[in-house]
Amino acid sequence: MGRAEQGDDGTIMTELRYLAPNSLDEAIKAFAAAGNAGRILAGGTDLLVQMRAGVVKPGLIVDIKKIAEMMAIEETADGGFRIGAAVSGMALHDHPRFGKVWPGVLEAVNLIGSKQVQGRASAGGNLCNGSPAGDSVPAMVAAGAIVTVQGPNGRRQIPVEQVPTGPGRTSLTPGEILVSFALPPRPEGSSDAYLRMIPRTEMDIAVVGLGVSLTLKDGVCTAARVGLGAVAPTVLLVEAAAKALVGSKLDDAALNAAAAACSAACRPIDDKRGTIAYRTKVAGVLLKRTTAIAAQRAKGN
Amino acid sequence: MAKVHVSTTINGEPAEFLCEPNDTMLDALRGPLGLTGSKEGCASGDCGACSITLDDQLVCSCLMLAVESEGHELRTIEGLAQGEKLHPLQQKFLEMAALQCGICTSGMLVASDALLRRNPKPSEEEVRFWLAGNLCRCTGYDKIVRAVLETAADMREQGTRESIQ
Repeated sequence: MGRAEQGDDGTIMTELRYLAPNSLDEAIKAFAAAGNAGRILAGGTDLLVQMRAGVVKPGLIVDIKKIAEMMAIEETADGGFRIGAAVSGMALHDHPRFGKVWPGVLEAVNLIGSKQVQGRASAGGNLCNGSPAGDSVPAMVAAGAIVTVQGPNGRRQIPVEQVPTGPGRTSLTPGEILVSFALPPRPEGSSDAYLRMIPRTEMDIAVVGLGVSLTLKDGVCTAARVGLGAVAPTVLLVEAAAKALVGSKLDDAALNAAAAACSAACRPIDDKRGTIAYRTKVAGVLLKRTTAIAAQRAKGN
Repeated sequence: MAKVHVSTTINGEPAEFLCEPNDTMLDALRGPLGLTGSKEGCASGDCGACSITLDDQLVCSCLMLAVESEGHELRTIEGLAQGEKLHPLQQKFLEMAALQCGICTSGMLVASDALLRRNPKPSEEEVRFWLAGNLCRCTGYDKIVRAVLETAADMREQGTRESIQ
């Protein structure tokens, strides 16, 4: 990287610059000016691997970890949470309250890689990396997270499920940076859970991942959201599954209908990790298991 | 490319070095800083042989840019022993033959030390999950896990004795 290099698309690559600004405005200005050559660095657990493999050759790296808002975990006055995009999994784990309110989001974030990776990797990076199998994403979708993004044209809020648009792609426009996740306040009787199917016990990529967030009142499910990962080009919000759960006492008929809705939503790839038939079936199985865990937790709240 | 000047703290001592913006922390440790205890196994964050701590957080030094260490505190395997006196984990690894070829060992020790600082009384399951990011192709892990558990027990006993005295 010592000299200017010819990029794959014929453009001249300039040498790499590293910036670690203290303000978001400064970060956006530099990132937007760099165009396609710019890369955002949060935990770096995807970016450094991609750079090493030669998949990406950034001309500018903007490290966002010196920006206070990116690193903050804040419980808002209404009982919701705001999590900075670069907050590491370990920081979220060590927060005294977060895991009690959002155990499903926390268990999903804490499934990303090893303890070493947990010390660095963030939910923001997991989302922006755009993998359909990112573990935190289905749980964030189930939680109804709203993300804040900021770019040269200002700030906007969008539902988390609208960020990924395909493998490795997002709906963020040039110069936009993911700033934070906002999780809504929890009504009484609410909880969430995340399960993923992998062939081993740790350190693997989801064959199917599923998050459920629900609210129970007198044993009846009054609200539910289901996020489903690794079975389509993007993580899915399965509204039909949530609809099957809401109004029921989570009896077998409701669970079977919700499981069938999850299987019906699958458009998976066929690969060495799992066949289409296997992933489709497991999506339904995980819906039932994850719902049972979320319901058990909700009864204590 | 213009080299970047970085000031950081390594094992409690101030350290300065020059690096390329795309050098990893592992490159800087093993290169200009001459600290070759951290090993490069995979260079992609899978094997844990390059484990260090960054502000007390366990990380893979291969997944961190060297320039990111500016103003932070790092601890490497070189900081584990106190002079000639081995850390209890190092002593126990020797006694219990918790290493064979040794490539994974510095990462195993740094990761185990980070665990015991957080949790002085881990269960076997907690040790195994904590070390899931440290690969060893020789020992089958069992001796490593036992050594960590025994060290934790010894250090707790030692701590109790010291607090009584």
